[in-house]
Order: sequence, then C-alpha cells, then structure tokens
Amino acid sequence: MAIMKALVYLFVYPGLLFLFVYSTFCEWFDRKLYARLQNRVGPAYTGRAGILQPIADFLKLLFKEDIIPENADRIIFSILPVIGVATVATAGLYLPLWNYDVSRTTFNSFQGDIIVVLYLLCLSTVILFLSGWHSTNFFSTIGGVRVLTMLFGYEVPLFLSVLSPAIVADSWRLAEVANFYQDFPFLLFFQIIGLFVALISLQAKLERTPFDIPHAETEIVGGTFTEFSGKKLAFFRLMTDIEMVVGSGLIATVFMAGFAGGLMGSLARFVLKTLIVIAILSIIRATFSRIRVDQMVVFSWKYLTPLAILQLLVSIIIKGVIK
Amino acid sequence: MKKIKIPIGPQHPALKEPISLRITVEGEVIKDADVRLGYNHRGIEKLAESRTYVQNIYLMERICGICSHSHTTCFVQGVESLCGLEVPKRGLFIRMLVCELERIHSHYLWLGVAAHEAGFDSLFMYTWRDREVVMDLLEIISGNRVHYAINTIGGVRRDLSEVQKEKILEGIQFLKKRMEYYTNLGTTEPSFVARVSGVGILPKEKAMSLCAVGPTLRASGIASDIRKDDPYAAYDEIPFSVCTATSCDVLGRVVVRIKETMESIKIVEYLVKNLPSGEIKVRAPRKVKEGEAVSRYEAPRGENIHYIKSNGTDKPERVKVRAPTLANYPATIEMLKSGFIADIPLIFAAIDPCICCAERFVEVIDTKNENTQVLTMAEIKKRYSKSQGLKKGSSVWPL
Repeated sequence: MAIMKALVYLFVYPGLLFLFVYSTFCEWFDRKLYARLQNRVGPAYTGRAGILQPIADFLKLLFKEDIIPENADRIIFSILPVIGVATVATAGLYLPLWNYDVSRTTFNSFQGDIIVVLYLLCLSTVILFLSGWHSTNFFSTIGGVRVLTMLFGYEVPLFLSVLSPAIVADSWRLAEVANFYQDFPFLLFFQIIGLFVALISLQAKLERTPFDIPHAETEIVGGTFTEFSGKKLAFFRLMTDIEMVVGSGLIATVFMAGFAGGLMGSLARFVLKTLIVIAILSIIRATFSRIRVDQMVVFSWKYLTPLAILQLLVSIIIKGVIK
Repeated sequence: MKKIKIPIGPQHPALKEPISLRITVEGEVIKDADVRLGYNHRGIEKLAESRTYVQNIYLMERICGICSHSHTTCFVQGVESLCGLEVPKRGLFIRMLVCELERIHSHYLWLGVAAHEAGFDSLFMYTWRDREVVMDLLEIISGNRVHYAINTIGGVRRDLSEVQKEKILEGIQFLKKRMEYYTNLGTTEPSFVARVSGVGILPKEKAMSLCAVGPTLRASGIASDIRKDDPYAAYDEIPFSVCTATSCDVLGRVVVRIKETMESIKIVEYLVKNLPSGEIKVRAPRKVKEGEAVSRYEAPRGENIHYIKSNGTDKPERVKVRAPTLANYPATIEMLKSGFIADIPLIFAAIDPCICCAERFVEVIDTKNENTQVLTMAEIKKRYSKSQGLKKGSSVWPL
C-alpha cells in the first residue's frame, strides 16, 4: 500500500502527470493574461479559450525535426533537456501538498528540504548554462555566459529572502514552516519585503522580462536555446513551465502559509496561491522593458540583496520578540 | 578576453530586412563594427530608365513600404521643376497632408519597433494598435493603406471632401492624446530609460562630419530640416518648429521623434483647417524638356534626394535615389563602437533603417582576398554557367 502510494505520488499527484498538466495550464494562464495586458487576444483556438494551446505546442514540437550541431557533444547535448525536466520535477515533489506527516520524517518531507528545493532549482539554471555552452554557437555561448552572470545576481537575494520566514518558524522543513504560519498568519506581514525580493528574484530565475537577457531575441537570437529544436526544445520549454510552478509553489509555501486541508483542499489552495504569484509575475513581465545584463547585476546587489538582508534582520528581531 | 566576431544578419530577429553587421566583441563589449550591404538590391534605377514618367511615379512608390509618399513626392517635384509646372495650392496642401500623416504613421511604427528591440513588447503592441488610426485616415484620403498613389505630375489625384476633413480632425485628436501618453511613458518608464539613455552616443561634431540626416542628426542638437532649410511644396507658409534634442543618444532620438509627431499633428490640423479652394492639379506634358533636376525632401527618416536627368523623351535618361538610411550608415558604425551587445538592436533601430530603400547596387566580395567587384548580370550568368559546367546556348536556369 505504501509503495502504491509512493508510486502515485511520484508519477500522478503531485508528480510528473500533475506537474505536466498544471504547468501547461499555468503557461496558458500566463500567456493569456500577458496578451490581455497587451491588448491582444492570446491563445484562442485550441480548446476552450485556447486552454490546450501549450499542450498542442508541446506535441507539435515533439514531432519536429531534431537537429544536433556538428561540433556539439552529442550525448551531453541530448541529455541536458531531460535532466533539466527531471531536476525541476524532483524539486516539485518536496512541496508539502499531500502524503506527508508533520510529526515524522518521510522521504519527501524532512529537515532541510527547503535547501534541497532551492538547490534543485539552482541546478536547472546551471543546465541552461551548460546547454548554451555545449551548443558551440556564438549566440548560445553568449547566452550561456549571461545565464551565469545573472545567477550571481539573483541567487543570493532569493536564498536570503526564502530562508528568512524559515528562521522565524525555527525550522528548515517546508511543511513545518507552512504549519507555523497557519497558526500565526499575522507574522506574514513582517515578511512583505522578503516576498517582494523573492518575486523579483524568481522572475529573474525564470528569465522573463525584464530579465529575459539570456535569450533576448533581438540581441542574441534564441540565446541558450538557439541550436535546440524539436523534442529537446519541447523539454526545455516544459522545464521552464514546471520551474515556474515549483518556484511559485515555493513562494506560496513560505510566504503564504502553504496548502492546508486534505487532498482537495490543499489542491485548491495550491492552485489559487500559485496563480496569484504567476499573475504578479505576468504583470511584472508586461510592465517593464528588458534591462542589460550589467544593469541587472548592479540592480541585484544594490537593491535586492540589501533588502533581503534587511528582511533577515527583521526576521531575527521578530524571533527574539517571540521568544 | 578573446575577441570574437559575431554576425548580426543577413538573417537575424533584430533585423526586419537583410543587412549584415559584423560586430567584433570582447565579452559583452563591442570593439569594432562593420556593415555590409547589397542583400536587397532590386534594380529600381535601371527599371526607371525604361518606363515613362507617369509609370515611374508608381515605381518610385515601391522603393519603400513606409515612406512611399516621400519617394513619389520627391520624384514628382523633380519632374515638375523640369517641366516648369506650377502646382495649384490645394494640390500642394493635400500632398503635404499625406506627407505629414505618413510621418505620424512612420514615427508611431518606429516607436513600436524601438520598444520591441528594447524588449518592451507592451509598448510595441499599444503603439501599433494606435497606428491603425492613422493608417485608416490615409485610406480615407487615398483609398490605400500603404502605397497611397495620390501624387501625379502636376498635383494630386484625389480631392478632399468636408466629411473626410472632419474624420481627419477627429482621428488626429485621438492620436494626439495617445502620443502625449507615450511621451510620458517613453521618457519616464525607468527600465526603458535605463536601456536608451547614454546608449549610441553621436556627438554634434561627429554627426556633422559623418553627414547624418533626419532625426539622428537632430538628436545631436543640429536643427536641420529640409522643410525649414529649403522649403518645398508650401512649407514656407506653415507655422511649425524643428524639434531637436541635445542628449546625442537613443533617448534623444526617441524624444525627437515624439516631438516631431506632435508637430506633424499640429501641421495636419493647420492644413485641414486652412485648405485653399481651387484645382488640385494641372495638366502635365507627356514629354519632359531636356535637362536635369535635383529634388530634396524631408522624409520621416531624413533627407531624401532624387536626381533626374531627362533627354526630351517621355522616359527619363537617369534617375538616382539617395535614401536617408544610406546617409546614416557611417554614423551608425560610429555609434555602435564602445557599446554593449545588448545595445546593437537599439542603436541600429534608432536610425530607423529602411534597408531596401538604400540598396542601390551589388558588390561582390572575394572572401579569400577581400577584393571587391561590381558585376553586371551578364557576368554573373557567365560565371554561373562556368561553375555549373553549362555549354554556351544551353539554359542558364535549368528547370
């Protein structure tokens, strides 16, 4: 029975199948909202209001011609997209949605799982860099270098801001952090700065405007994805979508008191809270223009990191007051 | 760091038309830039020699899809001066009206393109939506959205009715309101301003010595506008000011174009309200007297020059077109140097390049020893049949 439950957990909910379906839904939601903010219609034909468009895009890409550059390392070039999807999907398993018990440690919920999620999300960025580097194309190489340059900018504020609610909750376990804020929701007001920093950093991590620097179309064509086509590109797109879901799920867990209440209740809360985060990300995407990579790093270290440190200080003081 | 050469073009998402920019970069910083032309040559000047003057109006219109009216007006003015024709006032006013509406449409389009190059797609979508209004106005006047075909030798082909006048004034009000909003957005939105200010610097002296034209020149603080300096049509009677900026960067070019649009809106209002009565054209002779003429015109992108030489027949002996984009290339190379890779599309877009306008001949460059040659079509055919091992007389382009 436990094995069955674990298998369902891994492959159906909230594992691969759920992540695939929900991430495509989130992509549709993001595209539709972005389009409406720009006075466009957005996806409209496939399914009701174009809701199946991301799945159609995915399937179509699967059947497209798959080209590997002559000078590229065939094996690394081919496995990188798969590893990318695997890392972000694994990160999704640690979100406290279902099949966990706060009183004891399970394989998907333990002390320090918050670090594991952050680590796995970081790994996907490194995979983007490697894919750009292994494409042996000028545009890809420049894109890959930009990925790494940006990583040095946003990773520190993201870690600091996500960990500061955990400091107040006195736990490094996502389920316990969520439970703590369910008991003391008013403490979330003191995490507003951190939420702001985390949202901006997540936007940078997902490489969306104003931080779509590594694949800035008008500058370096497709950036890291220039040489990828067919199945590999489909997997990279899926990876970005799942990363968006997991990233917003992480923010919803630590800053919005997680997803309490049974199988259906937690699902409803998860959908609602992640969609709120994604809506904010879409609005950011529609209201800014792309900045340069040097401006991005300066912005991160000049504004985001000091704000994250300020949040850390606030958290430490609050913890002292509670004690 | 190692220097690498990256090819921007002939095919690249930042370019709407084929051109090759060869950029030498060190990391993200541009060290050197070079431009190669000739991917879009269509032989229009040669074609013009085998057509009558009236046919040539429509040929000239097809030099460019955005400033189509600029090229016809420039050509028609040259022919009119050769024939010694006096165009009626009303005809000139309608001609200027289309010209200014075209300027508004071109600058709206440019603002959208610049926003897209900077990664600001929302502004791009909004400006292009509003541009539809001015396209519709042009359609009301001429019957066409892109190639207006309103000019003819000796005047214009269509008159303006009272209803059309009202519609124009109505549409102009909307455009004015929207442009005021974009003025605010384009000059205050922090991420957009961060991208365009201080980028692509072209100092005043450089702009002068490299012969930049149009908004590129005016953004470097030089108030040069053919409409003021060498007034054609009836621009000497119309109150308007030449817009300049002193920042010498892409932001300055944005500001100049926005201000110019506002000026154009004022000019359109003036033209519609003060439209004189009378004829719209005079009869023009089919054959043009022997002689040569140079016609200058302030297109949305800068000074447009047509040189026409006639030999007394109904066909011109030579037509030479100097489009504004060609004059701006040397300045572009200067602007590109010492920028970042991220600035390339913005700097290049800031001259509002119209590549097909500027392509006048094809140069063949030997990749081995960098020798350049201008080839005739016959020579190209000969070389092709030689390389394909074709015998003389056999089909050059096998089916």
